[in-house]
Formats: sequence, C-alpha cells, structure tokens
Amino acid sequence: MSPFLDVKDLKIHFPTDDGLVKSVDGVTFSLERGKTLGIVGESGSGKSVTSLGILGLHKGRGANISGEIWLDGEELVGASQEHVRGLRGKKMAMIFQDPLSAMHPFYTVGDQIIEAYRIHNKVSKAVAKKHAIDMLGRVGIPEPGRRVDSYPHEFSGGMRQRAMIAMALSCDPELLIADEPTTALDVTVQAQILDLMRDLQREFDSALIIITHDLGVVAELSDDILVMYGGKCIEFGSADDIFYRPEHPYTWGLLGSMPRLDREPTERLLPIKGSPPSLINVPPGCAFHPRCPYAERTGDKARTEAPALAETEGGHLVRCHMAPAERRALWENEIKPVLETP
Amino acid sequence: MLLFVVSIATFAIFFLVPRLAGMSADDLASRYVGKAANAQVIHDTAIRLGFNDPVIVQYGRFVKGIFVGVDRNYGPGVEHCPAPCLGYSYVSQNPVLPDILNRLPITLSMALGAAVVWVIFGVATGVVSALRRGSFFDRLSMGIALAGVSLPIFFTGIVSLAIFRDQLGLVGDVADWVPFSEDPLTWANNLILPWVTLAFLYAAGYARLTRAGMLETMSEDYIRTARAKGLAERAVVLKHGLRATLTPVLTMFGLDLGLLLGGAVLTESTFSLPGIGKYAVDAISNNDLPQVMGVTLIAAAFIILANLIVDMLYAVVDPRVRLA
Amino acid sequence: MTEPQTQPATQTATRTARQGEPLLSVRDMEKHFPVTQGLFKRQVGAVKAVDGISFDVYKGETLGLVGESGCGKSTTGRLVTRLLEPTGGQVMFEGRDITHMSQGRLRPLRRDMQMIFQDPYSSLNPRHTVGAIVGAPFRIQGVQTDNGVKKAVQDLLELVGLNPEHYNRYPHEFSGGQRQRIGIARTLALKPKLIIADEPVSALDVSIQAQVVNLLEDLQNELDLTYVVIAHDLSVVRHISDRVAVMYLGKIVEIADRKSLYATPMHPYTNALLSAVPVPDPRGRAGRERIRLTGDVPSPLNPPPACRFHTRCWKAQEICKKVEPPLAELAGGHRVACHFPENAPGSPDTPAAGKDEPVTA
Repeated sequence: MSPFLDVKDLKIHFPTDDGLVKSVDGVTFSLERGKTLGIVGESGSGKSVTSLGILGLHKGRGANISGEIWLDGEELVGASQEHVRGLRGKKMAMIFQDPLSAMHPFYTVGDQIIEAYRIHNKVSKAVAKKHAIDMLGRVGIPEPGRRVDSYPHEFSGGMRQRAMIAMALSCDPELLIADEPTTALDVTVQAQILDLMRDLQREFDSALIIITHDLGVVAELSDDILVMYGGKCIEFGSADDIFYRPEHPYTWGLLGSMPRLDREPTERLLPIKGSPPSLINVPPGCAFHPRCPYAERTGDKARTEAPALAETEGGHLVRCHMAPAERRALWENEIKPVLETP
Repeated sequence: MLLFVVSIATFAIFFLVPRLAGMSADDLASRYVGKAANAQVIHDTAIRLGFNDPVIVQYGRFVKGIFVGVDRNYGPGVEHCPAPCLGYSYVSQNPVLPDILNRLPITLSMALGAAVVWVIFGVATGVVSALRRGSFFDRLSMGIALAGVSLPIFFTGIVSLAIFRDQLGLVGDVADWVPFSEDPLTWANNLILPWVTLAFLYAAGYARLTRAGMLETMSEDYIRTARAKGLAERAVVLKHGLRATLTPVLTMFGLDLGLLLGGAVLTESTFSLPGIGKYAVDAISNNDLPQVMGVTLIAAAFIILANLIVDMLYAVVDPRVRLA
Repeated sequence: MTEPQTQPATQTATRTARQGEPLLSVRDMEKHFPVTQGLFKRQVGAVKAVDGISFDVYKGETLGLVGESGCGKSTTGRLVTRLLEPTGGQVMFEGRDITHMSQGRLRPLRRDMQMIFQDPYSSLNPRHTVGAIVGAPFRIQGVQTDNGVKKAVQDLLELVGLNPEHYNRYPHEFSGGQRQRIGIARTLALKPKLIIADEPVSALDVSIQAQVVNLLEDLQNELDLTYVVIAHDLSVVRHISDRVAVMYLGKIVEIADRKSLYATPMHPYTNALLSAVPVPDPRGRAGRERIRLTGDVPSPLNPPPACRFHTRCWKAQEICKKVEPPLAELAGGHRVACHFPENAPGSPDTPAAGKDEPVTA
C-alpha cells in the first residue's frame, strides 16, 4: 500500500543569468490522508518552491524538475501540464500567505469562490453561488449571504484568510497545502485560523501540508515534520522526533534560537552563527557546514562530501555525517540540558 | 480645476496676447472691417465692438456669450448670437461654434476609428509580448513599437499616402470626406490611412504600457492563486491578468482620445482632412483670435469630458476606487 | 484621564537599575489623526491611534510594548521620539518637556534618542555605502571624532559584529540580519541614551532573530542603553524586556514586570494573547485549553465606548460598556485596566492562562 502523497528526491532547479538556482535539491517525504505534515525552514530554504512544485506551479522559464511525486497512485512530475491543471483546485488546493494580495482585488470574494468551483463542476452560476455562501458559512464568516458580494479589501485580515480557505476547500480537495497561512495575521486571529484548519481537516479528512518558519505553528498542527535547509530536506520525522529527539545540528539551532513562552526565560538565546546560504552559492559538501558547530568532528568530509538522507530509526530521516549514536549523545548530553534548563 | 486653467488660458489668448503684442483696440477692429476701411471707420468699429472697454468687461461679455448669449452690433443692425456663443471669426465673420461643430464628425471619425485600431493592436501585442518575454515576437514587436513612437506622423503619413494611394491606388483620397451615414464603405476607405498611421503611433505606446503592466500583474500573488485553482492559462491571462492591467491603459486612453478630439493637428494637416485640427491650424495662421479661442475651449471641453468618463470607468474597473 | 498622575508607574522598583528620575516619562499622551471628507476637508472624525497612555522608562531597563496591529504601539514609538507630534498629553525626556518642541530644538536631543526600524532594507539608502550610512549621524550632527569618521564607523561595525573592512560595501551586498546590524550601528553612532526599537527582529529569520536579540542585549550591558522595544511577538518581548506594557486600541490595558505579567496576567486580553501563542511542544497541545477570542480588533476610528475590550471579552458585564476601568495598581508594580481582572490578589481565580471559561467561537 503506497502512501497518499509520496515525494521522492524532488529537485527543482532554475537556470538564471547568475547560475543555476537549486531551489529544491532533494526532498523526500510521504503523507497519508487525514495527516498533517509541517515543512519548516528559513527564507530561501526551498519550502515554498517544494509546494509549488507539487501543484505544478513552479513555472518560470526553463525550470528543471526531476524526481517523483506520487499523488494517490498517479505520478505528477511526468504528467502533462493539462492533466495536472485538472487536478489543481480539485484534488489538491493551496492557501497562500497574504490573503490580500492572493485574492484578485477587482472581483468579489464570492465570484472568486464561484470561479474556483465552476472550473471543476459543471453547474450554473446560481448553484455555485449557493455553494460559495455555504462554504463561507462553514469557515465561520458571519452573514455569508451578504459577505459573498464583498470585495477582498472590504474584509479584515482574518476574514480574508477564512475566505481564502473557503475557496481552497470549495472542490473538496484531498490534499491541502497552506503556505505560511497565518504569518500575516495577529496572534489572536492566528489562533482562530489554526483552530479552523484543524477542524476542517478533521471534517474533510484531507492531507494537509503546512509550510511555515514558526516552530510553534508546526507543533500545534503537525503529525510529521520536514526540516529544510538550502533546498534540501535535512531532517524528517514525527513531531515527537523533531521536538524531543532531533538529530540534526540545524534543528537544534532552530530550537535554541527561539524564545519560548512555555519555559522559564533563558539568559541568552542560542542562535546559529552566520546566515542561511544563497541558493546560487550553496556551500559544497554539507550545505550547513559553515554554520555547524560540530563540522570539525567529521573533518574534511563536511566540506567535500554531501551527506545522504539516512534513516536512524522508525522513519526518522537525518542528513548528517555524524554517526547516529554520536548525534544522540550530543543531544542528550549537551543540547537538551541547555535548552531545557529553567 | 481644469476649468479654471481653461478660463485663464482663454483670457490670456483673447485679451492679453494682443496687448502684449502691441495691438491696439483699433488694430483689432481693423481685422473686422477689412483693409480698405479708413481710420474713422475702424475707430467706430472698435467702440461698437467694445474693444476699448476694460479687459475685464470684455472678458465678462465673452463669458456671458458662452452661458446666455450676447447681442452683437455689426453696424447695420444688431445680431443675436445665442448661447453658447464663442464669438465671430475675424476673417469670415461667421460665428465660430457652428463652424467647429460642422467639422466635428470628421475629427470624431478619424480619432475614434484610430482609437479602435490602436487599442486592439496595442493591447494584444503588449499581452503577447509580456507572455513571451524575450522571444522573437517580443523583440520584433517592441522594435516596431519603438519605431512607431519615434517616427513622426507627417513622415509615416506621407510615405503611406505615397505608397497606398498614389502607387497602389488601394485607398481613396483622404481629403474627400464622406459622412458615414451616406456611404460607410467610402467613409472607411477614405479614412483607413489616417487610422492606421495614427494607430501606429499610438499602438506603440499602448503595447509598451500593456507589456510592462502585464509583466507586473502576472507576477502578482493573485495570478498564482488563479492558477492554483486550476484555471486554464488563457482565462488566467485574460480574466485575471489583463483586467488588472487595464487601469493604467484606460487612463492613458482617456487623455489621448481627449487630446485627439481637440484636434489632431499634424494628422489632419498631413492628410488634408478638414477637421478641427485643420481648423485650428488655419485659425492660427490667419491670426483669427476668436477661432483660436473657440478651438481651445472645445479642445479643453473634450479633455475634461474624457477625464470624467475615465474617472467613472475607473470605478467600474476597480472596486477599491468606489469607496474613496 | 483615568490614571492618578501623582503616582509614578513603578513604585516598587525591583531592579537596581530602576531608580531616581525616569529617563522617559509619558503622561496621558494622545495622537488623534483627523479624518476628513469632501471638498472642504471637513473633519468627520478622528482615528484615535493613541488615546491617553502613561508610562515611565527608567535608565538601563527595557520596556516592551506589545499588542496586535492597530493598537497604537508603533505610533507610540514615533510620538516619544517626536517623529510625530502628540495631540495631547506630555512627553518628558530627561526631565525636559519635548511634547511640542520644535524640530530645531529637538535636534540636539536626537543624539540621545534613536530609533531602530523593522525593515532593515528599506531603511537603508541603497546608493550609499555602509560607511556613509553609519557615518551619516556624525556629519548631520557635526560631531567631531577622535580619529576621523572612518575609524569611528569601523569601530561601530565591529561592535555590532560586522567586518570593519566592509566599510565600502553597499546594503544589497548584505543579508537581512547583517542589514539590521548596519541599522543598529547607525543608531549607536551618537551614543544614544534611549533606543526605540520598532519590531527590530520581526522581518528576520528565526536563527538571525536570535543573533540580533542577543546583540541588543549585549549592547545594552556594554553601553548602558535604555530600550523601548515595540513588537507583536510575545515570546521575543518576554525574552528581552524587564517590564511589559500591553496595548489594545490605543490604550495600555496592563503594565507590569515581565515576570508577573507573564506568570499572572490580569487583563483578560493579556490572557487571551498569551494563550493564543502557539507553543512548540506537540505533546502539550492535546491538554491545552485556549481562550478563543472572536472577531478582529475593532477599528480605532470608532472604538467601543468605556472598556474597549468589552466587545470581545468573555467576562464583560454592563459596567464594562458604561464605565472605563482605570489603570489601577493591583499588585506591586502591576497595573491593569479591568473591572474583572483575572489572577488578582485575593480573588479566587486560579493563575495560568486559559483555564477559565474559554469562549466558544
């Protein structure tokens, strides 16, 4: 039994005047219906391009895509553009970060939902409008019958994101990808939207991918988590694996960088030195080695040889030269005590 | 605001320009009575026509003519010039307004016809260029567009006349104006050259504007959303992309059309079309101040009208404007 | 206004740093932006961006200002640095009233009071080198430096963790975090006493955020700086602040020591905010009960009367719609503007956010 969504060694490269941009350079994961995958990474880690690649929206002149994307038994990388277009919006849908710029300013919210519905369902405008009102109601917009004729700019930020979700869900997709769905929202509204997404996922039993830089948001929703760095998947595992048994130094760095409300404040944060690499100039060997405090431990290998993504145990994948036992010892003895001391 | 500017301009043309140029009231009057008249007749005429009144009084009379009409004492009797009265030509002694209105259909036919051609070609070229940025079509059409913007109308006009009318005999004589209501085919045949040459000039600008707008619009988030819905690319471009690009095109269109209606001076002169532009040229060369002012006013009126219509269309196109 | 002015905001100083006269003192500060309509610009209302707030900032401390968009926190920052002029109330800096001081007279004071902005890119002129950007304050203020401007700038670059040899590079050659460091270096050029940082790290990646937060803390210790940090991220504010003020629709609804604000938040809004923050602890998510606020923040153009939070508050009663609650001190240094505060001393309410009556959406 193959998984509902199975991505194998996905690569998306863009040739530019400055060189080949390896936006996505080896991403592997799988996802079942009813489950949520969180993709975490900093800017330029390739997390957004990965999701666009799944939907076949990676466009741009001459993007090279390789690898395999299996959705419900169908391979998408080799499929025709027209076929993938037919799946978009129907079988897989997407929610974007900033609902103000992601909705067309000249059409009413209702029109945009109606359009999404009618692309894949041969129904009259009136029927589609009824459906749109129904969807707006289901995502918690008050007076949906009246608001259906409003324009996006007449909505508040939170309401717009709800409308965006209504649009994405209008054709009952089996895979929903949310790219930073709450980043543009205030924290109380973010909580509402996260609750809504959790409830709707249960109701629709869809597979959900949530892309974010916020480890808190990921922890709230995800069953599995994929950590990306420099276009590569560097760690993949269950939420428990990533938060309680992380094995990649970058993941440790992310956890140490983040001030947390659920713990006593530490004197200092433990940031990762340096900055994320530019995708044109990804460091050779392990992409993380210039920032890795443990790069010395594996000697020249860090600079010369790219580590492979290897399973440590029970579906927990890590891309690191250090031996699993060494990583676990470091986590238990050096990292965890510092992160968790009150 | 524009109205205010127009009033200042007319005021300047009619009353300040002659004085700055050193023309006395008698000089002005002499233009009405002809060269043969003696000094006394001229002087009487100047008094009769009120050229000796203070400038502000004359201007008041002129404005009054526009809104309620004035009586004009032309010597043998008094003639009533009904509102809106733009005064009388120095040369022909005819009232200005009817003269201009008679020429309006010609200018209108030329401008609107050209507008249809340039909007269709310009916008279509711009869209295709934007979608195939860097392609052969893009570079070719942008090259042609550059030529279109740089070549003056009297060059393209004369060259096209020489080729299509004189050498090939494909089109009729442009100067032979036939109203649309009489013979639509001849009307179009006679006007096709001015349309195309004028459109060539304008289409270039529209192509470039549309191309730039489309390039920007197609990278907007909402275009990505439209694609994510599974919308066919054609609909993405036309329904979502072009719609948002049209706003600046509309602005430019309103101004261009307004300006053209006020007199496509070069085009009409090149093709000897007896339209408003030609009228303006003749008026200026004859130093016929009432005519010049009449044309100025009419041109301004068209620009104001065009702007008004554009503003109203704006609200139709962009719902965000409706609130503000 | 509602606040008794005779009592300084912090009677019970817990930090040694906080003593004597406040460096910055704000009393009943207001900023109403007029809303006009029609041809004659008739005023039809006012956006009450900041509507009567009072607080003190003492030398060496960090005051955090948190709230959601539209709460007036950024306007507050611009008012105390006099980038905007208040429409009411008083702003005192080092005992001097700067509320309506002219720009000319403010100029020497600008040396002591600097601002750090959110977007490290748009606040740096792309056509100027880093040397010119960081050195600009010296030239503008006509400050003489011991070994020339260049040396001074290079020292600053080193101080904020940049390579001094990058003096001649342009902003676009730096990453986001480095640009924010450039901004900070510029801010520090004239050795200010007070720095207002408006969302200093919110545009940065997580790993870079931590670097800049640490840098700000190191600089504070090294240079004896005083900060007002404006941010929407409650975790960052907790990490960096000594005291925290929570704003809602142009008002301060709660102000307290960091520890007591986060451990025993009294205003229902603060409780809701804290319980809304996603916690990076997947095992804890099942047992966590969240206070769900309904709706969005109302428009500051027409804020609800009396207690502005009553439209979204699950504890609201009649009195909340009629009487504005004063910002009263309920515990040592902990002031809150609420008729029915949570966690108040002597009340039976249990502490910890989110345990009582979650409102269903």
